[in-house]
Amino acid sequence: MHPAPSVILFTCLSGAGFGLLFWLDAGLARPEGAAALAHFTLAYGLATAGLFASTFHLGNPQRALRAFSQWRTSWLSREGWASVAALAASAPVALSASFGPADQSFAGGPLGLAAALLTALTLLSTAMIYAQLKTIPRWHHWTTPLSFLTFAVTGGAILAGAGLIAALFCLALGVVMTLTFWQGDRRFAASGSNLNLATGLKGQIRPFAPAHTAQNYILTEMIHQVGRKHAQKLRLIALALASLAPAALLLALPTGPISILPAFACHLAGTLIQRWLFFAEAEHVVRHYYGPN
Amino acid sequence: MTNLPPPSAKKLGLVIDLDTCVGCQACVTACKGWNDQGYGAPLSDQNPYGAAPSGTFLNRVHSYEVTPDEGAPQIINFPRSCLHCDNAPCVTVCPTGASYKRAEDGIVLVNESACIGCGLCAWACPYGARELDPAAGVMKKCTLCIDRIYNDTLPEEDRQPACVRTCPTGARHFGDLGNPESAVSQLVAQRGGYDLMPDMGTRPTNKYLPPRPKDARATASPLAPLLDLQATGFAGWLDRLLEKF
Amino acid sequence: MIPKQPTPDLSPPVSDEVRKTTCYMCACRCGIDVHITSGKVTYIEGNRDHPVNKGVLCAKGASGIMQVTAPSRLRAPLRRVGPRGSGAFEEISWEEALGTAVQWLGPLRAKAPEKLAFFTGRDQSQSFTSLWAQSFGTPNYAAHGGFCSVNMAAAGIYTMGGAFWEFGQTDWDRTKLFLLFGVAEDHDSNPIKMGIGKLKARGGRMVAINPVRTGYNGVADDWIGITPGTDGLLVLALVHELLKAGKIDLDYLARYTNAPCLVDETEGEEKGLLLRDELGKPLVIDRTTGQPVPYDRPGLRPDLGATWKGCRTVFQHLAERYLTAEYAPEAVADRCGVSAERIRALAAEIADVAFNQTITIDQPWTDFRGETHAQMVGRPVSFHAMRGISAHSNGFQTARALHVLQILLGTVEVPGGFRFKPPYPKPAHAHPTPHSYFMPGRPLDGPHLGFPQGPEHLALKLDDLTPARIDKGFTWDNPLSAHGMMHMVISNAVAGDPYPIDTLMLYMANMAWNSSMNTAETMAMLTAKDGNGDYKIPRIIYSDAYASEMVAYADLILPDTTYLERHDCISLLDRPICEADHAADAIRWPVIEPDRDVRGFQSVLVDLANRLGLPGFITEDGRAKYRDYADYIVNHQRRPGVGPLMGYRGTGDAVGRGAPNPNQLNAYIAAGGFFTAEVPEEARFFKPWNRAYQDWAVKMGFYDQPQPYLFQLYCEPMRRFQLAAEGFHERQPPDHLRARILATMDPLPIWYPPFGDDAGDAFPLHAITQRPMAMYHSWGSQNAWLRQIHGHNPLYLPEKVWREQGFAEGDWARATSPSGSITAPVALMAALNENTVWTWNAIGKRKGTWALSDDAPEAIRGFLLNHLIDELLPDRGDGRRWSNSDPVTGQAAWFDLRVRVEKCAPPPETLPAFPPLKSPVPNAKGSRQ
Ligand SMILES: Nc1nc2c(c(=O)[nH]1)N[C@H]1C(S)=C(S)[C@@H](COP(=O)(O)OP(=O)(O)OC[C@H]3O[C@@H](n4cnc5c(=O)[nH]c(N)nc54)[C@H](O)[C@@H]3O)O[C@H]1N2
Ligand SMILES: Nc1nc2c(c(=O)[nH]1)N[C@H]1C(S)=C(S)[C@@H](COP(=O)(O)OP(=O)(O)OC[C@H]3O[C@@H](n4cnc5c(=O)[nH]c(N)nc54)[C@H](O)[C@@H]3O)O[C@H]1N2
Ligand code: SF4
Ligand code: SF4
Ligand code: SF4
Ligand code: SF4
Ligand code: SF4
Ligand SMILES: [Mo]
Repeated sequence: MHPAPSVILFTCLSGAGFGLLFWLDAGLARPEGAAALAHFTLAYGLATAGLFASTFHLGNPQRALRAFSQWRTSWLSREGWASVAALAASAPVALSASFGPADQSFAGGPLGLAAALLTALTLLSTAMIYAQLKTIPRWHHWTTPLSFLTFAVTGGAILAGAGLIAALFCLALGVVMTLTFWQGDRRFAASGSNLNLATGLKGQIRPFAPAHTAQNYILTEMIHQVGRKHAQKLRLIALALASLAPAALLLALPTGPISILPAFACHLAGTLIQRWLFFAEAEHVVRHYYGPN
Repeated sequence: MTNLPPPSAKKLGLVIDLDTCVGCQACVTACKGWNDQGYGAPLSDQNPYGAAPSGTFLNRVHSYEVTPDEGAPQIINFPRSCLHCDNAPCVTVCPTGASYKRAEDGIVLVNESACIGCGLCAWACPYGARELDPAAGVMKKCTLCIDRIYNDTLPEEDRQPACVRTCPTGARHFGDLGNPESAVSQLVAQRGGYDLMPDMGTRPTNKYLPPRPKDARATASPLAPLLDLQATGFAGWLDRLLEKF
Repeated sequence: MIPKQPTPDLSPPVSDEVRKTTCYMCACRCGIDVHITSGKVTYIEGNRDHPVNKGVLCAKGASGIMQVTAPSRLRAPLRRVGPRGSGAFEEISWEEALGTAVQWLGPLRAKAPEKLAFFTGRDQSQSFTSLWAQSFGTPNYAAHGGFCSVNMAAAGIYTMGGAFWEFGQTDWDRTKLFLLFGVAEDHDSNPIKMGIGKLKARGGRMVAINPVRTGYNGVADDWIGITPGTDGLLVLALVHELLKAGKIDLDYLARYTNAPCLVDETEGEEKGLLLRDELGKPLVIDRTTGQPVPYDRPGLRPDLGATWKGCRTVFQHLAERYLTAEYAPEAVADRCGVSAERIRALAAEIADVAFNQTITIDQPWTDFRGETHAQMVGRPVSFHAMRGISAHSNGFQTARALHVLQILLGTVEVPGGFRFKPPYPKPAHAHPTPHSYFMPGRPLDGPHLGFPQGPEHLALKLDDLTPARIDKGFTWDNPLSAHGMMHMVISNAVAGDPYPIDTLMLYMANMAWNSSMNTAETMAMLTAKDGNGDYKIPRIIYSDAYASEMVAYADLILPDTTYLERHDCISLLDRPICEADHAADAIRWPVIEPDRDVRGFQSVLVDLANRLGLPGFITEDGRAKYRDYADYIVNHQRRPGVGPLMGYRGTGDAVGRGAPNPNQLNAYIAAGGFFTAEVPEEARFFKPWNRAYQDWAVKMGFYDQPQPYLFQLYCEPMRRFQLAAEGFHERQPPDHLRARILATMDPLPIWYPPFGDDAGDAFPLHAITQRPMAMYHSWGSQNAWLRQIHGHNPLYLPEKVWREQGFAEGDWARATSPSGSITAPVALMAALNENTVWTWNAIGKRKGTWALSDDAPEAIRGFLLNHLIDELLPDRGDGRRWSNSDPVTGQAAWFDLRVRVEKCAPPPETLPAFPPLKSPVPNAKGSRQ
């Protein structure tokens, strides 16, 4: 699939934002006063920046509100509702944590937990947008929500200053990433989809001439090629940056901005690369019609 | 309308005969021509006279080389457009309701004035049948020429899709696949019409008719010579031949 | 927030108005409905009532809207300002342009009319352009048929009075077995596709004989991937098998062909000619009396096996020849690349359908001998062939062989077989002979082109017997060059052989690119200068509608309109659009007005004729006869009462014959742009011998009296050239051609290896091109829709070559012929003859043309095979220029090409690469929405 920068940014930023929100709402991290304000602002900032970035990818963003209408069937619509609900439900949590007395913060309380659940739902919806697509076997799997959620929660943990726990999440993320890469590579073949099924023709079959010699939307959007070697290298870099390096930094440096900033920067860079690969390596079944290259 | 309607009795669609399609691309440009001025936004072309032209088409014709287990390799031409699936994933993923399947005849359409151009429906379609028009920013797809087939300003015989009307070999057929008595259903039954990518669970309305077996050796017995030419010579052959006459 | 199901407008009016005219995205000439909204063309679809396409359109036709809006359209007359071939022009007024042309042409006509060479390409107004050239007085006129398919046309007409091509068609409604030889698309594009569709729907069988299995050949039930240039052998092997088994239609042969005619076997100047009576009628032996009688005697029962005074019948000569082991399947199998078993099976299949599955129509008819037949009996095997056969140097004889096979089976002009389209059939002897006698200030002595019956009709100058025509048409080099030899004009003119010319006037032919062999050399010839620094072809006038490659090589450009902006006439005097069951003609008319300073070229020719005072175009008292081409269409009369259009003559209800009707064009427009006249039921088959048909044809004005004739299995005119080569004629071939005339002008079909095979083992592969269905020669590329379909072309390689050299996807290769080399991307194709490579024709474009950007894929990855083909055969060291043509007709031998292919590193662009031409129109930018 075409790795569109707007979509990569969207999933990475809003992932981290909602991840952070999750930690804050659930009371797993409990900054107070100005620190809480800063944390919530950051979470809101990242989440909304991500959502905003996603509109760049729309052909008619002025109609974006319509995207709320189809929550019964569409994960994209659900994501819209969930994100709004999560942001709304988190507001009293944020206000109470930032401006109220520490012991009256809603974080971790019933409202906080409900808000946390909504952020988790948001993250899940985002992941399901991809995981629901049978047409992209690499995505159509439980590892996709697992991966999205782990990324978000890990990013959130780092930003929330969860220290050792964040480091452990980073390491867990490494495991999930490895699992996803390894799993993902098998899935297109495992899906059983092939050109014979795509055309219904029997025998050995190969594309003779493409429909048009010119480019088209399907080719640029769905059929993206990454060299295998290139991808391997990027995977290692992503793994190192998103998982190992931040874990090491968090373990090596004292908790606080001095470790959080470099760790998150690393993690985010790794996430961006992983997300680029997530799209770029995803094979859509329509590629059968255009052939192996 | 992102919910799929209950299955309709009437299922309008196309039947495409791969035995007959010569790959002439007539249906491709007829479709472009009709839909450039018909339903919704025009089908734009980018960089049309430059190094990397591209454009929106709702119907494209590929060709494949097939080497059967026995016999010579073949070229099969393969038109590809929306199959108006019964279980259309492109519809259910749409966040805006722009993408919908008509309750009365099963045609899958995009309501362009509601479409935000997110592209998700194109991702969900296994067949590459949807193309996002970069100029209009909306999703384009085969409309089954809904503005022809029901168009009472057209003479009755012209109320069929542009691609079907133009196909010089008659490889494209239009009709109601929900009605087992219809000509298209009969054709599907006789010729073993099939679904593309049944593994995707989309339950397409459109059907493809397989190429007939090719290169079958003639069954007629080899020709028996009138006479052994060597033995009787030309004169003998001629006598024998003309005596029948 | 669930929106209700929207209610789209299901009945939008399609347009304000429909104007019905004729497509010209190719020469098939389908009827189109042009939808006009607010004065603009908004949609084009097929005209359902039209006899050619019955509503369907091809990919090109449906893209016509992009053709009439293409930025490549020329905008005004152009005068060259830079060196020839640079593309530097200035726009001038029509007055200036026409004034210049008259200044150039007037003095030529007065002094040396032969110094104007006027050749036309893709146009369909040859009866008009030839009249113009005839009136001017130059012998140097032809259309493009010589490089196109004259082998097919000439072989058909000499053998049976009509050819495949545009003169006949398969009986699509009845045929059961259809054999297609060497066709990718053909002129009859839509009818063939519709026919194949019909055949398939009826469950008929189709066998394709073609080295490449795409398109029509792809849908064929059986594919014979023949080695190029060997179809003649295959066909004669089929003839051998069928003869041996006696599976031929003796009754048909005896009645309708010259099979029973007696061949003179006495030594001397008549040897090999048919025996004739005092009236010149060929003699046959009547089986009832055993006596020789003229072939058309009522009640005659011709004897195929007769011998009279030592003279035997054509049939015996024919059978004796093809029964020899030389033509046995085993003897030809290796050369054809088709197993003997396969050839036998094909012969058996043909015999089975022809003789065991006959069909009959209960329709009585009367033959020319007066005998009435109760039924029409047909042998439902049909054949069609085109350039795969004709574009070889043995193409004429191969096409003849195929016709002989059809005739032996009795499947021509019968139900289920091959049928002529009116005004055909028309035998060679009923056509004009070529005329080439010119005199200053005088019209030519007759029509340029025709069908020679013997050496006396060659176009040789009366005084020194050197070629009269610049292309050497109708000379001993290629005696039956019925369409001229446009591909030799530039090279002969530059060589001054047979003589230099002054002005070359070209119309609608991209001679500086895809329609020339040896393209780079042709461009060099067009710019070649003599010792004085003057161009060897001093002046070039060209009419094109678009910014083609050829534009850059002319001095004066007379820009034409597009096909929706002018009057045209698709006339029975020309290349007809008739179908077997009806005669038809059509017009084009300006359904939109040009938005540029351009004029229909035919009208420009009328204007020039008026200014030059050409006889035929001005009245006795010097006034112009015709205002413009529309006026000519209505008022010109070829013979009294017979004009360009057959419909609505006289007071509007006369058909075929009748006085000019000033309202004729309006009547055509009101009727959808065409006119059809049904062939009466009784006249629909057996046309050459059918009284009802002959009478109808006379009534229609095709000819002035019935002219039944026999099919020419044995082609007597050819024998006359052989006799000359044997020394029996006052006109004698030059010595270097004597042996060739003897060998190739055989009156019974023969096969010889195509001349291209002389290239030898260093060039092991055959290289051919195919027409892409969605492109018309060079014009498709300017079309925004079509160029997305075919924007570049690979060289397709067979598996054997692919494997041997370890090719992979994305590789490039160099292909080398005896005369040049190209470098291009390659692609694998298994469904291909193992010794053949091929590519799509005319996709490659020169940079700077067609209003495309210089880095357009057509110029960077597209290429022409033409660079490898030479218009001359390799030097034989005898100091002569041997044309790369069929020795009988002069047909350009495009497909004789032999190459070798070697993998190589990809250059940045295909080679040879040429510098960009300066565009005469602004290049287009941006997107089309
Ligand atoms: N390698 C190879 N070469 C071939 C062939 C092949 O098979 N292989 N085929 C050969 C054959 S059969 C043919 S017929 C030739 C064809 O070759 P050409 O006769 O050169 O055909 P086109 O490329 O169509 O060029 C015709 C010219 O007419 C111009 N034109 C288009 N419309 C109009 C119009 O309305 N008015 C005017 N005045 N001009 C117009 C176009 O712009 C173009 O410049 O190519 C030959 N060349
Ligand atoms: N779409 C489209 N239609 C056209 C044209 C066009 O440019 N585009 N051009 C028009 C013109 S000018 C012409 S002349 C006609 C030509 O129409 P076609 O005769 O169909 O011309 P080609 O495409 O040259 O096809 C020649 C075929 O012969 C095969 N062939 C080559 N050598 C041999 C051989 O030795 N034996 C056999 N059996 N087959 C062989 C090739 O593989 C190819 O399939 O088409 C006309 N129609
Ligand atoms: S128009 Fe008909 S024959 Fe031509 S490509 Fe389309 S389906 Fe095939
Ligand atoms: S073919 Fe694709 S676009 Fe059409 S209904 Fe099926 S899934 Fe949707
Ligand atoms: S692109 Fe338009 S139709 Fe497709 S899913 Fe998005 S909003 Fe729906
Ligand atoms: S039915 Fe209409 S929209 Fe669909 S492919 Fe055919 S022409 Fe195009
Ligand atoms: S075959 Fe196509 S391009 Fe040619 S006249 Fe017909 S519709 Fe036009
Ligand atoms: Mo041609």
